[in-house]
Amino acid sequence: MMYYSRAKLFSVIAACLAGLLLCVPNFVRKPAASIPWPQIHLGLDLRGGSYLLMQVDLSSLTHDRLQSLSDSARQSLLAAGLGYRDIALDTKQGQFSFRPRDPSEKDRDLKILSDMPRAVADEFTVAARPDGSIALTLSPDAMRTRAHEAVTQAIEIVRRRIDATGAVDPEITRQGEDRIIVELPGISDPEHIKSLLGTTARMTFRLVDETAPGATVAPPGDTMLPLTEAPGQTLAVRDHIDVDGADLVNAGATTDEQTGGWAVNFTLNSAGTRAFSAVTQANVGRRFAIVLDNKVIEAPVIRSAITGGNGIITGNFDARKATDLGLLLRAGALPVPLTVAEERSIGPSLGADSIRAGALSLLVGFLLVIVFMALFYGRFGWYANVALFANLVLMLAILSLFGATLTLPGMAGMLLTLGMAVDANILIVERIREELKRGRTPLAAMQAGFERATATILDSNATAFLAHVMLFVFGTGPVRGFALTITIGIATTLFSTLLLSRLLMVRWYALTRPSTLPV
Amino acid sequence: MFGRPLLRFVRSDTHINFMRGRFLGLATSAVLSLASVILFFHPGLTLGLDFKGGIVVEARTNGPADFGKIRTALAAHHIEAAGVQAFGSDNDVLIRLGADENTNTNAVIDQVRHAVTEAQPGATVVRADAVGASVSAELFRNGLLALGLSLVMILAYIWFRFEWEFALSAVITLVLDLTKTVGFLVLTHFEFDLVMVAAILTILGYSTNDKVVVYDRVRENLRRYRTMPLRELIDLSINETLNRTLGTSTTVFLAALPLAIFGGSSLSGFAWVMLFGIVVGTSSSIFIAAPLLLLLGEKRLRKDTKPAAPG
Repeated sequence: MMYYSRAKLFSVIAACLAGLLLCVPNFVRKPAASIPWPQIHLGLDLRGGSYLLMQVDLSSLTHDRLQSLSDSARQSLLAAGLGYRDIALDTKQGQFSFRPRDPSEKDRDLKILSDMPRAVADEFTVAARPDGSIALTLSPDAMRTRAHEAVTQAIEIVRRRIDATGAVDPEITRQGEDRIIVELPGISDPEHIKSLLGTTARMTFRLVDETAPGATVAPPGDTMLPLTEAPGQTLAVRDHIDVDGADLVNAGATTDEQTGGWAVNFTLNSAGTRAFSAVTQANVGRRFAIVLDNKVIEAPVIRSAITGGNGIITGNFDARKATDLGLLLRAGALPVPLTVAEERSIGPSLGADSIRAGALSLLVGFLLVIVFMALFYGRFGWYANVALFANLVLMLAILSLFGATLTLPGMAGMLLTLGMAVDANILIVERIREELKRGRTPLAAMQAGFERATATILDSNATAFLAHVMLFVFGTGPVRGFALTITIGIATTLFSTLLLSRLLMVRWYALTRPSTLPV
Repeated sequence: MFGRPLLRFVRSDTHINFMRGRFLGLATSAVLSLASVILFFHPGLTLGLDFKGGIVVEARTNGPADFGKIRTALAAHHIEAAGVQAFGSDNDVLIRLGADENTNTNAVIDQVRHAVTEAQPGATVVRADAVGASVSAELFRNGLLALGLSLVMILAYIWFRFEWEFALSAVITLVLDLTKTVGFLVLTHFEFDLVMVAAILTILGYSTNDKVVVYDRVRENLRRYRTMPLRELIDLSINETLNRTLGTSTTVFLAALPLAIFGGSSLSGFAWVMLFGIVVGTSSSIFIAAPLLLLLGEKRLRKDTKPAAPG
């Protein structure tokens, strides 16, 4: 306890120096691009920006899959000359059911449904139910896989859309099964980005059903879709998709040569070009609807076959809407709808205020603790203060090394760590004092003080550690920053008190061999 | 200043008979905690945005804020029942809106932004938070889960390191501390949100730390003084650790104090709760945790002549 090997001595000093070195990048500008320059990131609450928690609507995914399965089931049954009734979709259970026209057809129904192609192995099971109906049930595993893929894909699309807006350093991360966190430093009014992310942007080209002019109820195979430009009006549009927006390779805002207004031009890939050319060739004089998220943007009359794979959409756009639509079409459609479940935005002025408040508190708190330790613990108090400074440096160093995010609660956590850190020194010095009172020699008292206090220090820090790990696991946002700094702080505290301040005390004793201790 | 210490809290030969006041301490604590529980049910905690859901928009206007204009502009955007209040300086406005299942908080928040800039040209929105009802319910559940699990883990840890009398007294004391903190939150109208959960957890961690130090000494003295009655032994342990207890609580208090004063709107509530918790946590180590240990362990701990678990 009273002896430090040379190796230990140097490693403690080396750790402190390394800590100092790692702190440098936070205060000095990066000299060259090639040098690694690990820095603490400031949280959104300190630098200003927005945090958006996007909720992924997974039920729509199940619903869409059930819808398409039931469509193909119906087609297969009809093709085999079989009938059905009472078709019901249950999105929650992930199944659809129907009754055979005649109980005798049940076995053939089951066979046809079981033979339907599956997107993945064991995607669904088909079974007859006791009440005579037949149910097709999606397997939970397949649904989970599908959901996972959809969220991954959605993250990619979100990233593309945000990158296209020119946002700096956006962070897009998955949270849990059905959430996406979008962090946008520097953007304190995320209204525009929210509107971009809230749009699914699934575009389709479909023919208008000319046989039903002025219809209010959709004929079979059609859907009544609202018109973007004329609220309240609807148009009967065929369900069959002639060209899908997924086949777009490029899109962008442009001006319409005829009207001078804003428009969006697009380029299709080869498959899209072929399909577009075929459908326009066969339907000259008919109306072709451009449908975005189940709303008809426009439905122009096809004047001639369009074979080049280029087109132009002339909705009633302004510059902003045209640019946004171009952006959305380029980035691709979201596989699932997203909604904003939580939004937190902080303006840059408040962030700067918070940094100032946090730094001032940190400085004043640090000074108060130092003065207290000097007054109440004298020489050993000053050793504790040296360790306290090292503690602060090491905390900053570890945060920089991991590129961790410092939040305002995180700064509070640092300050509280500093307040708690001297506890270990207090325990040691008080113990030494007691041992001296019991009549031990200075050397024996210091030895006993270190030994006895160490167990107590470990015990008391372990409990604090447990409490904050819980907070880190269950907390969100800035609160996690608080838990993180305290958890790191507990580690650096153990180092700086159990190794560094003890080292200082031991070296002092070895050099001066005092007959009494300053306690 | 660089040699011997200049100040001490208590003299080394201090011997205060704390256990004499044990029933008074326990009774006072019980009454305060009971009052806090009543306060918790009526009027109840002021739930913050995290747990209640809704919208909070903080705006800074160029000149003195005109609340009438802002209310009119909000009404023009079909936003009703908004609380518009002053906070901080004359130029700061706080707008609050509740939310239920059907409110699309994220659309409403943009309307509020527009209304503010229309009513007071040049005003900037410095903070805008919207939390949907489903998220707030989840945050609340997670917050309580973190609190509950921390208590359980602290119980398990102390049980593992000490004996069950210690663990049980510590956790009962922590629950008493916790209820008083809740009472303090109700009385001060500080908003109960995730940051407050963090404050409470920190208090629990600190308070446990404090108890562990006293208990550690009790355990050591149980081995050192085989025949001393438990009551005397606990008193001795508290007195021996008194300078440390007061010293550490002072440093933590001094560290949290600047946060309360300079921490700004987001941290000062947190820091005041911390300061309250430090005082409660320190006093409960002496006046609650120790007497409870005496009550629970009077028969068992002293009869047991086997050495306690090695520490």
